Amino acid sequence: MTQPPDKIRQLLDAAGVARCLDDMAAQIDERWKQEPRIALVGVYRRGVPFARTLAERLRARGREVDFGKIDITQYRDDLQTMAVVPKLEGSELGFDLEDAVVILCDEVIYTARTSRAALDELLDFGRPRCVQFAVLVDRSGRELPLQPDYVGIRVDLPTEERVSVRFQDGDGWDEVFVRPWPQNQAQA
Amino acid sequence: MSMTPRKDLLDIASLTIEEIEFVLANAVPFKDLFKRSVKKVPTLKGQTVLTLFYEPSTRTRSSFEVAANRLSADVTHFDIESSSVVKGESVLDTVETLESMRVDYIVVRHKQSGTPSLIAKNTRASVINAGDGWHAHPTQALLDAFTLREKFKDLRGARALIVGDIQHSRVARSTSLIFRRLGMNVAYLAPGSMMPRETPQEVKLFGNWTDALDWKPDVVYLLRVQSERLDEPFFPTAAEYHRNYGLTDARVQILRERGLYLMHPGPVNRGVEITDTGMNYEKSLINQQVENGIAVRMSVLYWLKPGAA
Repeated sequence: MTQPPDKIRQLLDAAGVARCLDDMAAQIDERWKQEPRIALVGVYRRGVPFARTLAERLRARGREVDFGKIDITQYRDDLQTMAVVPKLEGSELGFDLEDAVVILCDEVIYTARTSRAALDELLDFGRPRCVQFAVLVDRSGRELPLQPDYVGIRVDLPTEERVSVRFQDGDGWDEVFVRPWPQNQAQA
Repeated sequence: MSMTPRKDLLDIASLTIEEIEFVLANAVPFKDLFKRSVKKVPTLKGQTVLTLFYEPSTRTRSSFEVAANRLSADVTHFDIESSSVVKGESVLDTVETLESMRVDYIVVRHKQSGTPSLIAKNTRASVINAGDGWHAHPTQALLDAFTLREKFKDLRGARALIVGDIQHSRVARSTSLIFRRLGMNVAYLAPGSMMPRETPQEVKLFGNWTDALDWKPDVVYLLRVQSERLDEPFFPTAAEYHRNYGLTDARVQILRERGLYLMHPGPVNRGVEITDTGMNYEKSLINQQVENGIAVRMSVLYWLKPGAA
């Protein structure tokens, strides 16, 4: 595990991340206890391991869980102003969205522009019965009126700082920490 | 991971291999959209794409129009037949008009090589060459490479035999170049009058099918024979062409026995370079080429940026 050199401070260690995931899995399980099947959809990039980890916890509670991932790049509202063109990762919903109960998962919600794009994209795949939103970190600073239904922790940070999340699945360790935005890069 | 955008796509030669790979890789998620209930993404919402075709083309033009529509761009066709171009307006006068209309992308086809490049220098809009003279047809080349990539994980070492009027074909030029840049071996099969006088050294040249098939190609790429060229002095008649260079029913059988893929940029001349049997050949990729053309053109539109360097 390579620690980023620009880490300002830690918000959650591995045990803290695990506790949040356990709590959120319990809340989702409780909310949808009458529902035979639910689907977790991760928003690329770290929403994907987040959704996968949550899905594992729900399965451990005996739930049937479908899993998908979406890359919102084609739905971004800032493509025309970006200096570089992002490579597309592609979206993959391996289940039938019609009438499904979907929980969109992203590691952080901040301005909610990504969440808006994710919701728009999801609805272009079909017509789910219900969509909810789960985040590990809810950071204040909304620019659009979207709020998560399941939250790990809430934080309030100065604008020059950003939240970074690492997951065992993909990064090799679980942690939430704060670091500065990269130089000359727009907030994403 | 990400790529600096370019303003224009004029030919394959000016692309880096990383740019080619970037366009081909992004075409995959664009193609995945075709399976969705809503086949459209808002990527180019608010942008205007204009098709400017000085030569007739239904297929390429519709392919670009479908691609632009699926990216939510506004698409307009500048109708040359009914415009003042027929009254003698120059290309640059037309471009000035389009510049005032503030279009963002211009897709241009012209019988004169170099016209897209001339237009590109005189507009802020991104220009995509949809075929200029004998020079280049870069989106055709990209879609051909994409189509083969779906069949061969690694194109390096694969062999393509391009058959037909190589000399007068921009498709042959661009597609042959992208195939070679991706590490494929390329050979031409053509009558002498249709073989270019200068060919890249690594391209093998054949004058008959027997020798060409002995070279063991993996894919046979037929070019459209422009019927207006047949029966000209030095060119074979349609019947002669078919007998000697066309994919006859007997030759389809050889392709089948050897499991070779078949490609054609369309539109086809049945009875000249291909027959009904060839059109129904089970390893023909012709329909995939059409479908992939839309995905690849979406990927090109996604990458180019008006006003970029």
